[in-house]
Amino acid sequence: MSNLMDNRKGRQHLLMGNEAIARGALEAGVKVAAGYPGTPSSEIVESLSRVAKEANMYVEWSANEKVAMEVAAAASFAGLRSMCTMKQNGVNVASDFLLHLAGSGTRAGMVIVPCDDPGALSSINEGESRYFARLVEIPLIEPGDFQEAKDMTKWAYELSEEIRNVVMLRSVTRMSHASGNVRFDTLPRDNVKAMFKFDGFILDQMEGLVISAPVDYKHAQQQEKIKKAREIFEECPFNTYTGPDRPELLVITSSACNLYAKEAIEILGLEDRVGLLKLGTTWPLPPNLMKKYLSMTDRVMVIEEVLPFLEENVKVIAAEMASDIGIKRFYGKNDATLPMVGELNPDIVVSGMSRVMGIDYKPVPDDYAQKAQLYATTKSPNRELTFCPGCPHRASFWSIHNAIELDGRKGFVCGDIGCYTMALLPCGFSTLKTVHAMGSGTGLASGFGKLGQFGFDQPVLAVSGDSTFFHTTIPALINAIHNRSNLTLVVLDNSGTAMTGFQPHPGLEKNAMGEEVPAIDIAGVCRAMGARVEVRDPFDLEETRNTLNELMEDEKGVKVLVLRQMCALSPEKKAKKRYEMSIDEEICIGENCGCDRVCTRVFRCPGLVWDKERKVTRIDEVICTGCGVCADICPAGAIKRKEV
Amino acid sequence: MAGKRLSKDPYNLIITGVGGQGNVMASRVLANMLVNKGFYVTIGETFGASQRGGSVMSHLRISSKTSWSPQIPAGSADVVVALEPIESIRVLKDYGNPGIKILSNTRPIQPVGVIAGDLEYPGLDEIKGIAREMASDAWFVDATDKAMELGNPILGNVIMLGALAGIGVLPLDKQGFKKVISSTVAKDRLDINLKAYDIGVGMV
Ligand code: SF4
Ligand code: SF4
Repeated sequence: MSNLMDNRKGRQHLLMGNEAIARGALEAGVKVAAGYPGTPSSEIVESLSRVAKEANMYVEWSANEKVAMEVAAAASFAGLRSMCTMKQNGVNVASDFLLHLAGSGTRAGMVIVPCDDPGALSSINEGESRYFARLVEIPLIEPGDFQEAKDMTKWAYELSEEIRNVVMLRSVTRMSHASGNVRFDTLPRDNVKAMFKFDGFILDQMEGLVISAPVDYKHAQQQEKIKKAREIFEECPFNTYTGPDRPELLVITSSACNLYAKEAIEILGLEDRVGLLKLGTTWPLPPNLMKKYLSMTDRVMVIEEVLPFLEENVKVIAAEMASDIGIKRFYGKNDATLPMVGELNPDIVVSGMSRVMGIDYKPVPDDYAQKAQLYATTKSPNRELTFCPGCPHRASFWSIHNAIELDGRKGFVCGDIGCYTMALLPCGFSTLKTVHAMGSGTGLASGFGKLGQFGFDQPVLAVSGDSTFFHTTIPALINAIHNRSNLTLVVLDNSGTAMTGFQPHPGLEKNAMGEEVPAIDIAGVCRAMGARVEVRDPFDLEETRNTLNELMEDEKGVKVLVLRQMCALSPEKKAKKRYEMSIDEEICIGENCGCDRVCTRVFRCPGLVWDKERKVTRIDEVICTGCGVCADICPAGAIKRKEV
Repeated sequence: MAGKRLSKDPYNLIITGVGGQGNVMASRVLANMLVNKGFYVTIGETFGASQRGGSVMSHLRISSKTSWSPQIPAGSADVVVALEPIESIRVLKDYGNPGIKILSNTRPIQPVGVIAGDLEYPGLDEIKGIAREMASDAWFVDATDKAMELGNPILGNVIMLGALAGIGVLPLDKQGFKKVISSTVAKDRLDINLKAYDIGVGMV
């Protein structure tokens, strides 16, 4: 349902925040977009890749965020508007380049879009990208609703070209993944030719060198750009105020928190007492504008996610102006009016605001709330996270877990980022013992594997998904091989970036735009680097476990086991069942088997159902994908598979 | 936007179910039907990890004035459309209130904990009892069963949308459904979708 290329001005469409950002980029005539998939950012590049041909764009999923930003910057240097997207922690990956890019400046408009995940709804961190804007001294803007997600993206390109530097447009999960009405403008019809000019005056950013040195000159120039941005922000239409002329409380907010604040004011009926200053431009803050609104009242509440970034910046400005505007009383994160951890929502804001304003608010009668709570906890059984039926990871971790147990030397696995991170949980037999950034599993294993001289004698394993392998596992693996670290890396190759919705990666033969591209062979790369490499099918449990035990016993350096089996959700896989499964009820010994119902209690594939009445296991035909793996885990041999 | 009124503004609707049930598609179709009628609609959704067997919820805020927060405030849902019966009960804890209406599918999808024999799944009569006690109105429809008769369980969503139109809490009509669904599904699937919608309308 792509409306993204609708060229009728004034038409309204329901767009997801990420689609609105993509549309804004299209209206700005963006020619190149690159990113690395990560929730909640992925739909921006995804939507653009779908219309790439029609819009005459080049769109790619890059190997990692740093490369994505470099690819987008190259376009800017060659005179094409470009965009680069990533989830919050991707900014950390790209930040080395970003620091230098902010110093060299850009040519054609360039916008980077980090999508933060307050509350870590789909992350294992709730990192902040906003601080990077301040750190590397580039303008930061934040849309406060869906219309603004489109309009501000488009505007960001004008800003970028006005100051000749990269602009950060920051989104959050509740903006990127929520949908709302968006009124369209027209799409440009331009025909720009890409050309990288380099023989102008050496210090001329537009025609000379693109470089962040000489540092004193370029850094000073960069700060002039920021000053110019601040002036532009004074008049920016995306900074708005609603409320009385002399409010009792001034609320300052941005992004999705704007919607929560608006809602809280309405719920508490405070329209005549509280003023709402919604900022679209959050760094650097425009001083005159801030002065105007800070002068209205003595009490100020800052509502934002996650850390008190805006709060700190407002306080600095208020301190500088204190002699003119008087001393303010601040409410926000630092004084615990709002929590400093997790995402906000209308209720958290209501509770903070009602305390500040001295209002009592209760949404539902106590007895109703108590009953609802009771029913929810006793009558709606929890839905624990688990791998899909037929997921190769369940089989892989079953074997890894068993190989480590059998080995008996207290071996452990350093985890990594992807669906398989869930192997921290019982669904992956609690196999992972560390999880950090992309590629860190192998980096940590490389370190653990060098501790032998201190008496360390545990086998060290790491896992990496295929997409993660290309992202940042490769340098860690090179490090481990070169330094003769002793470890076993298991590459869980399920042919796609499954977690975020099957974006292509360098190991596959199709790119983001559906073109044929050369696939890079993971096993071949590892072999070329000098590792001992084995390739197995994780659905073959015995082979996999034996190989793992053999590799763990081989103490000469780096061993790589590539476990290759397609993700159960991949379209090709969903189409056909490999086996028809059944249970021989005569043989199934249920509660007396192994360690009591191994299949439903421990292996726990959702395709296996424990029949309480009859005390045997059943196969749910609808859910079972026919991978056949459970036949090999039943110690009694009760689970039968028949080839189809 | 003459003549189109909401019983409450914003009107808050939750579509709840389990990952893979087509929750997102249902909320998009419904929201587009309302946007086409000139309303502002905000949808809040949970994606990602929660799709792997977890509960999935979409919040719809429908207004004739402006875009509201993608998260419904505590205790403020006006109607819950549950694609799976226990999900309606789960929702009450955060969003329920004595005036809420519940429209629920009857076909359970058992959590892994239940499948594995560790947790209990309540009987349908018990669920109905709780719904009638906690809501001002409750309707239970055999949407999945009917959809399977039509040849595809995913049509259960469309039957639920039809039933939602049938209970008359929102300005929804078949023309509006037809317009949106024609641009969503393949041409040869149009008739069966329209049929499912009608069945839904007739079930409440
Ligand atoms: S199917 Fe096999 S593993 Fe499962 S309960 Fe029966 S005997 Fe035990
Ligand atoms: S064959 Fe067994 S393990 Fe595989 S999906 Fe079916 S029930 Fe699950």
